[in-house]
Amino acid sequence: MLQIADLHVRVDGKEILKGVDLEVSAGEVHAIMGPNGSGKSTLAHVLAGREGYEVTRGEVRYEGRDLLALAAEERACAGVFLAFQYPVELPGVNNTYFLRAALNAMRRHRGEEEISAMAFMKLVRERLRVLHMDQALLKRPVNVGFSGGEKKRNEIFQMAVLEPRLAILDETDSGLDIDALRDVASGVNALRSAERAMVLVTHYQRLLSHVAPDFVHVLNDGRIVKSGDHKLALHLEEYGYAGVGEEAALS
Amino acid sequence: MAAERNDVEALIERGYEHGFFTDIESDTVAPGLDEDVIRLISRKKQEPEFMLEWRLRAYRHWLTMSEPTWANVTHPPIDFQSISYYSSPKSRDDAPKSLDEVDPKLLETYEKLGIPLHERAALAGVAVDAVFDSVSVATTFKDRLAEEGIVFCSFSEAVRDHPALVERYLGSVVPHTDNFFASLNSAVFTDGSFVYVPKGVRCPMELSTYFRINAANTGQFERTLIIADEGSYVSYLEGCTAPMRDENQLHAAVVELVAHDGAEIKYSTVQNWYPGDEEGRGGIYNFVTKRGECRGDDSKISWTQVETGSAITWKYPSCVLRGRNSIGEFYSVALANLRQQADTGTKMVHIGENTRSTIVSKGISAGRGQNAYRGLVRIEKGAKGARNYTQCDSLLMGDRCGAHTFPYMEVKNPTATVEHEATTSKISEDQLFYCLSRGMSAEDSVSLIVNGFCKEVFKELPMEFAVEAQKLLEVSLEGAVG
Repeated sequence: MLQIADLHVRVDGKEILKGVDLEVSAGEVHAIMGPNGSGKSTLAHVLAGREGYEVTRGEVRYEGRDLLALAAEERACAGVFLAFQYPVELPGVNNTYFLRAALNAMRRHRGEEEISAMAFMKLVRERLRVLHMDQALLKRPVNVGFSGGEKKRNEIFQMAVLEPRLAILDETDSGLDIDALRDVASGVNALRSAERAMVLVTHYQRLLSHVAPDFVHVLNDGRIVKSGDHKLALHLEEYGYAGVGEEAALS
Repeated sequence: MAAERNDVEALIERGYEHGFFTDIESDTVAPGLDEDVIRLISRKKQEPEFMLEWRLRAYRHWLTMSEPTWANVTHPPIDFQSISYYSSPKSRDDAPKSLDEVDPKLLETYEKLGIPLHERAALAGVAVDAVFDSVSVATTFKDRLAEEGIVFCSFSEAVRDHPALVERYLGSVVPHTDNFFASLNSAVFTDGSFVYVPKGVRCPMELSTYFRINAANTGQFERTLIIADEGSYVSYLEGCTAPMRDENQLHAAVVELVAHDGAEIKYSTVQNWYPGDEEGRGGIYNFVTKRGECRGDDSKISWTQVETGSAITWKYPSCVLRGRNSIGEFYSVALANLRQQADTGTKMVHIGENTRSTIVSKGISAGRGQNAYRGLVRIEKGAKGARNYTQCDSLLMGDRCGAHTFPYMEVKNPTATVEHEATTSKISEDQLFYCLSRGMSAEDSVSLIVNGFCKEVFKELPMEFAVEAQKLLEVSLEGAVG
């Protein structure tokens, strides 16, 4: 589904990603871990198509297409979803209205009819239940006055409604209390399917104990320095990233 | 962002959609202004003596005045002698009785503007008093209103059929000496709308007028007078678009509202006059005096405006809160794009006890637009317990536009409470990317964010107007990313 080859990315003239290789197939969940400043969020943003990131070398293919050639909204319509580390506030924009506008933009892109208000509300209620999200959040402006946990739940809720094929979760577990973490994890688990791939970008392994990844990669200084199964995450939790970096440097 | 910015500019700079004019024979007097022209206007309109006297008093006072210079706008000097002060469609003597009799070309013009008068009026339950140039040519729903005793007609008709009401109220809120443009209007106004709602009557429909400016070089001087008698209610909608012209067109309207005891007037405007090209050429100069007086106790006047057009907007819909417990409200969205200049706001003058006012102003600046909020809150000595709340937000798009805020407060009663909040923000890259990453186009994203910004004002508009206002903002701003 996703092939990243030798990806080099510069931000403000500074090289952040220095040759990332990664292959993700449908049905797989990958965790990308790494210390602060290793380039995790840069990778997530580049995949989602944010401006201000200069790809100097390498390529990214998504379902056989050149992902980097697509604008952010085209990627979203093609099934790429980014759950934001810091979800953005949109004052005055109703949360439900926003989500319906997003879903309809994607449906139009696929040549489908816009979803009716009735069908949409039914879908929304279904998805809410899994996340234990407060109905009242639907009526409020997007992320305005939401607590940290509410914002993250809202991201997962959007993902559940938009049903992407490739979901990238950028530090979705950071700042969550235990209940919120469990709800977010159950939301993520509910969306795991044979057709869908997920990339979890995270600093800690706490989310990974609820969502068992198929693969764990360690990103350090702009490169994936180690890959393994979920046991690697546990190892990191115990021994930290420093060891992994050295180990890689030595090998 | 470079590529994106070019798209933005292309969108910002795209032409005015309503740019066309209708070729209808006009009966226009030669440019210039003196007492003879005023006599001619008054004679053409077959006005009673008191009207001519009033016009002449205004004109003589106007001669002693000079154009105000305090607004945050610049424009070449206006030559008031180069303006033609009277123009009316030729077929005036046999004015149409119904839409079937209206010049099909005129109806075509409305169609192009997306105002299918006949359908819209019937479907939306809106009574439309359409002003084309200076003389009203179509009026609907009159009978329905007449049943309730409501008078809704052109100003000329009111002068003819209800001279006592006109004489009693004309100039009672905006006197003929009020300001330079209001005095000019008082001297030369040709038509407008008149509404009288009798005691205890709740007007059963939204009253609506569409203004058009058409004949070249003809300044349009509208006069609107709305009187809500004791315990009555009326909601009035005003919406405008204009065809593209090269000459600057002056528009100096006056609107007067009077609310008696327990009466409520809701006045909503969506203004979309030609803003000029990207160099600022050819747009409408809109110098308007709008003022309402809450004359009676427990009365209420509410102004809601969405200002997207005109090269220059100079406009301060105000409330004089004379009656005890009276309420004044001002909700505004003002957009300045291209080289538009908007200097707009309100005045809330608290005279009576326990008077309350609310001001919510949303200014949007894009392109090279300059947007100023200018507001005065005055609490007079006797206004015990008066309260005001002002919220003033500015949104900037791009780095060549400007937002300015000039709040004035004069508080002469120690028991009054006056609050002022102001914010200035930009559409952030974060907000934009957030929307894009959810599959929305850049245009839809900006319009979503801007509509969110304006929501508090839009929710004050009547339903069908709110939809129109949103559409208008979308057209005016699509893709304006900064």
